[in-house]
Amino acid sequence: MTDVPPAGSPAPIVAGLLRERKEQVAQRWADLPLFQAVFTVTRDEAVEACHAVLESLAEVVESGRPDDIEAPGFSTIRRQLAAMSASRSHSGLSIGQIDREVGALRAAPLDLLESDPGDFGPQERLRAALLWSELLGTLRVVIIETTLQENREIVDRQRQQLMEMATPVIKLWDRLVAVPLIGMLDSARSQVVMENLLEAIVEHNATLVILDITGVPTVDSLVAQHLMKTVASARLMGADCVISGIRPAIAQTIVQLGLDLGPVTTRATLADALELALERQSEVPKGLLPRQ
Amino acid sequence: MSTDERTETTLPVRNDTDLMAVRQQVRAMAQRLGFGLVQQTKLVTAASELARNTLVHGGGGSVSLEPTSDGDGREGLTLRFVDEGPGIPDVELALRDGYSTAGGLGMGLSGSKRLVNDFSVDTAPGRGTTVSITLWSPLAPFGRR
Repeated sequence: MTDVPPAGSPAPIVAGLLRERKEQVAQRWADLPLFQAVFTVTRDEAVEACHAVLESLAEVVESGRPDDIEAPGFSTIRRQLAAMSASRSHSGLSIGQIDREVGALRAAPLDLLESDPGDFGPQERLRAALLWSELLGTLRVVIIETTLQENREIVDRQRQQLMEMATPVIKLWDRLVAVPLIGMLDSARSQVVMENLLEAIVEHNATLVILDITGVPTVDSLVAQHLMKTVASARLMGADCVISGIRPAIAQTIVQLGLDLGPVTTRATLADALELALERQSEVPKGLLPRQ
Repeated sequence: MSTDERTETTLPVRNDTDLMAVRQQVRAMAQRLGFGLVQQTKLVTAASELARNTLVHGGGGSVSLEPTSDGDGREGLTLRFVDEGPGIPDVELALRDGYSTAGGLGMGLSGSKRLVNDFSVDTAPGRGTTVSITLWSPLAPFGRR
């Protein structure tokens, strides 16, 4: 994995700069908004964070992969960088603004190298400056990538939550549950609905289910197919289904589309469906129903 | 009528999220053109079916929405679903109720045809498919049998 930097490479100069003068660099970095605004409890905390970043950058340079965002040196600070950029974006900064703050880290090591060049000639310092710039560019990409990854995970989590949230199963009465469907019923959603419903049928010992589609904006053949599958699987569990909330426009459309909801009992409103359910329950003397 | 209602819009159809955008745009444009609730619902449902066909059978493509007028004061909305997929070898068969190659109900294409006033399919194997539909506002006397 580790490529040895070629002879005459500026890598040892940069690595040395980041290690030997890390205290000086860290003291200057700790005052920059990127660190100062994130580590607000004590300044030592910010300096500590700077040390970690410097150490990992030195590692990356030594591994000879200053342009590689997958360089192992970065892995130790990825979580810290994610936390820092998350904290900055909570403060209302865009990715571009965060990136500019990261870019501000560039100056400190270069200033130190110029003010105290040691044994290094102008040629060597120039090459070291170029390498440091490249390294910092890679760090900026790593931070952007980490931030985007974080955002993607948030979106995925929310999508999951939305799916769970949008499909509650409500116990309305003894052995009667209702599922108010809201939004478009795509394949993934209908899978969640089906799972939640079948579990609820077992849990509440339900014999009747009301699927209310008042909140479903469009009923096309795929939605109808999903509804029919849900009805069929509920029936296998011993629960009859009533579909309610069929608006006049939807009813006309379903007929013209040629969809056959034939075997399923339907009602215009949830109230009608509830009435039907209660009528059916009263038809069977309660004492004859096996109780749990 | 302001000019922005006359402009043609083209939307991509590459995934389920695009289908949602197509439905919303079609509904919004139908509302702007003064279509009633039943007309809106029919057009949105047909658009949902055909855009899904574009995605599932055509491997993705695009939908263009174009408000039209026949000069006699009839307002209409034309939707064109274009893909460069394998095409439909036998349109007559594809238009038969219950015929499906994708495990669906087989009502998408034939049902859409019943939901709108004008319906045409331009396709050949290997040449992609273009389905055009138009729904006219019900104010004018047409399509009554």
